[in-house]
This record gives sequence, structure tokens and C-alpha cells, in this order.
Amino acid sequence: MSAPRELPGRTIAKGRAEGSVLRSSAPISFFGGVDPETGIVCEPGHPLEGRSIAGRVLCFPTGKGSTVGSYTLYRLAKRGRAPAAILNAACETIVAVGAIIAGIPCIDQLPIEELADAARVEVDADRGVVTVLD
Amino acid sequence: MELSAAERRMLAGEEGHAARRSMEILVALGEIYGARRLLEVGSVQIAGVSYDNLGEAGLEFLEEMATDGRARVLATLNPAGIDVESYLELGIDEGFAAQQRRVLAAFGRMGVIPSCTCTPYLVGNLPRFGQRLAWSESSAVCFANSVLGARTNREGGPSALAAALTGRTPEYGLHLDEARQAEVLVEVEGPLRDETDYGVLGAALGKRLGPRIPLLRGCGGADLEALKSLCASIATFGGTALVHLEGVTPEPCAIPAERLVLGRAELEQTRAELEPGPGEIDFVSVGCPHLSLGELRRVAELLDGKQVRLETWVHVARPLKQLGDRAGYTRTIEAAGARFACDTCLVVAPIAGRFRGLVTSSAKALYYARAKHRLPAWLRPLEECLRIACEGDGGRAERGGERGGERGVERGGERGGEREVDR
Repeated sequence: MSAPRELPGRTIAKGRAEGSVLRSSAPISFFGGVDPETGIVCEPGHPLEGRSIAGRVLCFPTGKGSTVGSYTLYRLAKRGRAPAAILNAACETIVAVGAIIAGIPCIDQLPIEELADAARVEVDADRGVVTVLD
Repeated sequence: MELSAAERRMLAGEEGHAARRSMEILVALGEIYGARRLLEVGSVQIAGVSYDNLGEAGLEFLEEMATDGRARVLATLNPAGIDVESYLELGIDEGFAAQQRRVLAAFGRMGVIPSCTCTPYLVGNLPRFGQRLAWSESSAVCFANSVLGARTNREGGPSALAAALTGRTPEYGLHLDEARQAEVLVEVEGPLRDETDYGVLGAALGKRLGPRIPLLRGCGGADLEALKSLCASIATFGGTALVHLEGVTPEPCAIPAERLVLGRAELEQTRAELEPGPGEIDFVSVGCPHLSLGELRRVAELLDGKQVRLETWVHVARPLKQLGDRAGYTRTIEAAGARFACDTCLVVAPIAGRFRGLVTSSAKALYYARAKHRLPAWLRPLEECLRIACEGDGGRAERGGERGGERGVERGGERGGEREVDR
């Protein structure tokens, strides 16, 4: 394995976290697309359908869908089922607001294709940097 | 982003927890969209009110913000999940109503006016030309930008609340001149006779253009009700927040080079696409967006002396219904057996699974009935909706059914055969 690699991005919501990447090639709608009690993706046909986002470093291109999705992220955080961090190519309003009100570290403008599924990463959203640990 | 001293104080938490959280949201959005500063807003319209959409989490967030958050500008509310006075008659249970009341109480503690309507501009939140706003509720956003010439982005519930608690919104998007220019000229040639024609026009535009800003030629005769319908529909189907309407929009607009003609054929095609297959109608809903006073008067005239046989909901902002009380409209409408569902609407009320088929005069209601409640829906003008309500049993929606096309929903062609109602 190579040495730790740093990917610089832009801070959306501050905070730090470490965890394993759960990567989605498709945008995610948190309202209706993720069960707000369990954190399991429930949008039919979604690449992550049936997978839990709880505790993972959730990596996806961008958000979509209703603005109520911000509240879904908040609800997941209250239940301890939120992602440990969110990494986006281009963050939009729903995810940005959701991450802020839920206290989930969030960085965007990242080359998310370079983040392999299940890779261990350290997210420092205070500095806007993701470090790939393996 | 440049912040004023007052804004920096809020961000530092010197004005309390809710103001700080709100500034964090606004600053983050400002950074994402490259805003240089925050603007002071004249008023706020807040969506994310129905407990059906918010859930326990949304309610917890609002209660947390209400511990010390206070609205700094005029702030009004979108519809809730219940009519706060008559939810039991509408079949909404006490448990849901209790949670909905907690939502409204939290907004109340923050000094947000519980107007519970998607038409704030009809009940006293009426911006002037050029005024800066932070509004959610896509239909009202489009109306404010397009008809009134005010300036607002499409806010989500949390960002609108943040604007209310700080009096600020980031300067980006539709606050900037360059983002308000029309991108395509649309010559509308179809006949525009009633609110459903404008709803169909909005759907046709939304489907073709997405959120691109059109300049519409040929809609200069649209009245309040037509504009309300058009704005709701184009926002629903296209995500459009601004439509320049020649002869209506007070803001000057350069004529774009790209040109599109929307004629009768295109509008009829869109109308046909909105039409579901055969099915049963057991639910009638009018007032999406909430009825104007003029529409409320028409509903009373059309139901005068009649009796509805289908469940019929009339959605109107509470203050206008109170005028209807005085004018005698309420008595007429209720004597016909129709129910008022103020403070709410079928988009946000918890009605999933309760009905088999809807007839409505609103293209927006049709869209959400299908998408959110999986309820087949037919688009018909107000008069036909209410006639179907009274004919009852009614309205099977296929044409040429066993009664040979006599039914209300089958009469789309009666105005000179201009409208083909099924494919």
C-alpha cells in the first residue's frame, strides 16, 4: 500500500471524522431515498439500494430531490444513523444545509472517482482535506 | 464573503444559538454559490411545515431553533398537514394533528406568522418591485419573481428559516441582474381559456426548458388566477423560478435569440400526456395554489343550491375564507356538502392511500397527487371539477364509457371540440 495521500477540497460543514468510504456513482435523494430511521438506502434501483450509510464516509457526486432531505440528515444524526462524513463532487443546497444542521463534516470539489469503495479515509473538514489511509 | 459587523456578531454566537446556526447555513450557501455578501430581505416565506414532510427530525430541529430564535423580518408560513380547525372532519387523526400543532407552536415562538398558505401575496405578504426576499414554496417564488418583479431564489425550508432569523440571504442567483435574463423566447399560440390551459402551458414549458428562464409572448391577458396557475405549474414541472411574461412582468427583459413556438398541437399533446388511463374518481380538490377571492366566489356560485356526491375539498387561505364567511360563500359551499381544508392542501396533507382517483383544476396538484400519494389524477377546469363532484359516482374517466361520453370528465371537447381529452 502506498503512503497516505491527501485530496484537497472545499469545506461545506466543519468537523473531523475517520471511516470507510461508501461510494455511490449516482446522486442521492435523502427525502424518500434513505430511510430516516435506519440509514438504509431505499430508492428503488439506486446503486446503494439496501446498503446502510450509517457511520460510513459517504461519497457521491451530488444531492437531488426535495429540500426536506436536509431534515432527513438531521434526523439520522439524532438517531446515530448518519454518515460519519459526506464527500461530494459538487455539493448542492439540500446536502449542504443538511450537513450543517446535522453536524456532519462535509467537503466538496473532490475527485470522488479517486476514492475507492471501502477505502479508509480521514476527513478533516476544518481544513477541507481528505487523507486516504490505505 | 464580506460580512457586516452585525452579521459577524450573529455568526460568532453573540445573538444566540439559533442566529448562529442560521448564519452558518447562510454563509455556507453563500460560499457554495460564490456570493460576495449577504442582503437584507424584505420578507420570508417558509416551507417545510407539514409534519408529513418534516417528521420527528424536522420537528426536533424547529424546536431547537425556537429555544432562542426570533424572526427579524415579516415571515409567513406554507401550508401545514392539517386544517387546524377541522382536521377530524377531513379524516386526519389526533396523533398527527398533535405533532402538527407542535410544529406550528415552534414557528409561533419564533415570531413566524402561522398563515399556512402557499399564496402569501394574497394575505398580506406582498412584496414590491425589486424587493429582496428569501422565499420557499416554488409557486410563490415564481409568482414573486415573475409577476411582482421581486427577487428571490428558491429557498428550502431550513434556508428560509435561517433568513427569517437573521433577516439576511446570500447574494447569488436570482438576486443578480445577469441571472435574471431570459434564455429563450417562447411564442405561445395555443388558446389560453382557463386555469388548466395555463397549467398545461406551465407543464409544457417545464418539460421542454427545465429551469431555463423563458420570455413568454402571448400571455399578456393572463389574470391573477391564470398567473397563479402558470407559476405553480412551471415551477413544478421545470423547477423554474422566473418567467418573463410580455405585458405582465414589470422588469425589462432583452429578447433572446433562441426562439420556440408553442402552438395548440404542443399544448394538446402535453394535456394528453397528463391524462391518466381509465379510472374511478372519488375525490375532488380545488385550490392549488390556494384559491383567490375571485375563485372562492366562483366556487360558491357553482355550488349554489347543489349537493356534492364525492369528497370535495376547497383549499383557501384562512383570511380569505373569513371574508367568504362574511360574503355568504362559506355557507353556500358547506351547504352543498363540500369541505373547507384551509391551512393545508392535498400536496402536504397525509392522504396517501385514502382515495382512488382525483379530479383537480391544478396541474401542480395533479403532479404531486401522483408522485407523492400515488393517486391517479385528472386535470379539469374548476367548473368541470365541481360538476363531477355533484354528479357523483361519477366520473369514470374513460371516454366513451358505458354512458357514452356524457360524464363531466369526458366533456373536454364540448367547447367546440378544441380539446381532445384522451389519447
